[in-house]
Amino acid sequence: MAPPESSNGHGLLELREVHASYGPIRALHGISLGVPNGAVVALLGANGAGKTTTLRAVSGMVRTVGSVRFDGRDITNSKPEDVARLGIAHVPSGRGTMTQLTVWENLQMGAYVRRDRGGVRKDFDRVAGYFPWMGERRGQVAVTLSGGEQQMLAIGRALMMRPRLLLLDEPSLGLAPLIVRQIFEIIATINREEKLSTLIVEQNANLALKIASRAYVLEVGRIVLEGTGAELLRHESVRKSYLGD
Amino acid sequence: MSVLGRAGGGINWAIGAVAVLVLVAVPYVTDQFQTFMFAQVAAYAVAVVGLNILTGYSGQISLGNGAFMAIGSYVTALLTARAGWSPYLTIPLGGLLAGFVGVLVGIPALRLRGIYLALATFALALSVTPVLNNYDRFTGGHLGVGFKAVTPPFDIPLSNEQWLYLLGWIVFLLLFVPSWLLLRGRTGRAWMAVRDSETAAAANGISLAYYKTLAFGISAFYAGVAGSLLVIDFAYVNPDSYSLNLSLQLLVAMVIGGLANIWGPLFGALLVVWLPYVAEKAVNSKPDLAFGALLIVVVFLAPNGIAGLLRRGLLMLRGRRQEAVAMTGALEATPAEADQIAT
Amino acid sequence: MYLASFSFTELLQQIVSGAGAGAVYASLALALVLIYRAMDVANFAQGEMAMFSTYIAYALVGGDFGLLGSKLGFNGVHLDIANAFWIAFAVAVVVSFGIGVLLERVLIRPFEGAPLLTLVIVTLGLFAVVNGLAGFNWGYVFKTFCCAFPQSAVNLGGVSFNYTDLGIIAVTVLILAAMAVFFRFTKLGLAMRAASLYPESSRLVGVRTSWMLALGWGLSAAVGAVSGIMVAPVVFLDPNMMQSVLLFAFAAAVLGGIESPIGAVVGALLIGILLALVGTYLPGGENLRTPFALLIIVAVLLVRPAGLLGRPETRRV
Repeated sequence: MAPPESSNGHGLLELREVHASYGPIRALHGISLGVPNGAVVALLGANGAGKTTTLRAVSGMVRTVGSVRFDGRDITNSKPEDVARLGIAHVPSGRGTMTQLTVWENLQMGAYVRRDRGGVRKDFDRVAGYFPWMGERRGQVAVTLSGGEQQMLAIGRALMMRPRLLLLDEPSLGLAPLIVRQIFEIIATINREEKLSTLIVEQNANLALKIASRAYVLEVGRIVLEGTGAELLRHESVRKSYLGD
Repeated sequence: MSVLGRAGGGINWAIGAVAVLVLVAVPYVTDQFQTFMFAQVAAYAVAVVGLNILTGYSGQISLGNGAFMAIGSYVTALLTARAGWSPYLTIPLGGLLAGFVGVLVGIPALRLRGIYLALATFALALSVTPVLNNYDRFTGGHLGVGFKAVTPPFDIPLSNEQWLYLLGWIVFLLLFVPSWLLLRGRTGRAWMAVRDSETAAAANGISLAYYKTLAFGISAFYAGVAGSLLVIDFAYVNPDSYSLNLSLQLLVAMVIGGLANIWGPLFGALLVVWLPYVAEKAVNSKPDLAFGALLIVVVFLAPNGIAGLLRRGLLMLRGRRQEAVAMTGALEATPAEADQIAT
Repeated sequence: MYLASFSFTELLQQIVSGAGAGAVYASLALALVLIYRAMDVANFAQGEMAMFSTYIAYALVGGDFGLLGSKLGFNGVHLDIANAFWIAFAVAVVVSFGIGVLLERVLIRPFEGAPLLTLVIVTLGLFAVVNGLAGFNWGYVFKTFCCAFPQSAVNLGGVSFNYTDLGIIAVTVLILAAMAVFFRFTKLGLAMRAASLYPESSRLVGVRTSWMLALGWGLSAAVGAVSGIMVAPVVFLDPNMMQSVLLFAFAAAVLGGIESPIGAVVGALLIGILLALVGTYLPGGENLRTPFALLIIVAVLLVRPAGLLGRPETRRV
């Protein structure tokens, strides 16, 4: 990977002309997007539009052509574990909770690459601050948690990495509206308090757009719209397709 | 993608012609011992054709075909030695009994996927020798069963070894031709469909139960016949010959000869019969080390085995480079190859 | 062997003896389960690797390094001290760990992502290579490898039990306990568990899953070595010594649950005891042990493939 150059101000994460394929099937056709430092960015799209593929392209989980830069450094097609070690926490769709492990063990795994014991302790307290039930139920096996709790655990595990960039793949999937609202509030809070840059991929446009400063719409592997969260909330076709208006 | 190849007809005929020529010439240029070895090659080739159908074409990993060979062997040995039968009549009988047992094994095997089937057949292979040793009143135990060596019938002017050679290769041809017809026809395609994707095959109306059990039955039948032939060659059978080693030899022959290739079994049988002899003379050791190393090397460098290398070579000579490069074997293409093929 | 009368003492002795055998199977079964969990492939060469490790221990104790040893001038070099057996044991286990890691890097990594048949063939190839190597180097003559424990019996509550059986059980329990502590309470152990069960999620938190697999092979080889070294003094050392042990270890793993380490140990205990009973109380029992194991494997796989303690759940993310 190239040594970090000075960022050109565009952003912590930058995708340029990214194409991604699963074997012979092309899923992304030259998309470009950026996540500025400290911002929440939303990537919207219907099922199969390529949202998950975009995140996987960042994490090196799919064969990518084009440029993926993190803080100026080229990370295209890097291995997922190397991307994670650079400070990118990717919460996959379906949450990826380690179901047979306990809450505490899941969080420990988040801190796997860290060497600072003190810092890890502090971060655990912070995470327990956002999700108080984790402190009380740290010995509970993850498979017995509710969907919403598993999502929170996944986010908590990501936070334990003390990442510089958080990638969230459809955090609302399969969850009741009340829980989804809670989770999005927590995401917004985390972003506000820790200035943690976040890229959220979602079908549920409403909440995502409300907390995002910047947003993109993906259709069949191409970016068809971009703007601020507020702009897209008002946009005609977005309202029709994704907000159920 | 079938290695038999819709366009491969010409090459297959060429290899076949060469094989026949070589087979005819052998007894005239070799001594009695070597002729006898080539007689064994015929038997092993029959067994490997059977295993190739089961594992190479229908994708069911069997590490236990030695057990089916044992059935054929003991049918021949017991009927010939104890009941005075003519050994030739016992060959189809041994095959049929083995085939029947094969179907019986194939039925529960339907419920065992991949590695579990390998495990179960591995256990089967290890069980043969102890069982044969145990029921010694029936099988003669570890002393084995022997009978008078077979001589050429009707006063044909051949030596014993030459007669065994002829017998072996006649039986091989009698079994090889039907297998070729099966494999290039609807049954073969069905088997390969099952191997490549059971869900897709079932969705296309192919009966998994029928074709998978059929493969087991046929494979076991061939193994049984091979076992009979070998016993006739040696005029003696004993439980130690049916250890795990035998099943592994068949696997080695199948893979190194060329998985899911119609000529693979011939090359494989040649290797498996001759290498131990060569190894003994050259390095004074058992051939396991060489077999194991070859297996790994072949799977890594030449997954289509000897037959595959030949085929590739011939394709390139004929100027059909694209086909040669795009050749994949019964071991599915890796994702990298799939990429190449798609672009 | 037919019994004219039934004796509880005899039964108890058989059970303990069976448990001793079960302890031997347990180590090998655990090794198999570790690799199966990580790779979905049964390492058919596990027994041969254990056999080779045993030869290493044997060489260290007796100085017999075989053909290659004499060529390299090792022969005669041996541990001439008290507790030579246990020092050789420790060294062989550590060396086996290293060999396991090396094998994974050299033989398994090149085949990452390969189809099942390929991996099966590779492990079978390894089986043949290791077996052939041991045979070539040390020959096929049975060697005596004495002795781990006193060759006498101890009297407990009026029944006499062999020190060997009790000793094997004790050693195995220690080793298994150490493994359990490692996996439950250490960071690396947790990471290995996670990498095994959840490879994708693990990579996303920075775990180098490829190296975790190498470590898994190392640990498996080490634990397998324990199995071989414990059994060799009892059955005599020869290249084919571990093949039936491997079969029984497979039966144990399948019975207990091929994805469950605890299951492997429980299964091994059960199999050991069952086999001892079969061998003693069934006519012709000795020869029926192998087919009995086959029966167990087939029956479990058909009726309840997840085994006694296995979870029939889907995993993998």
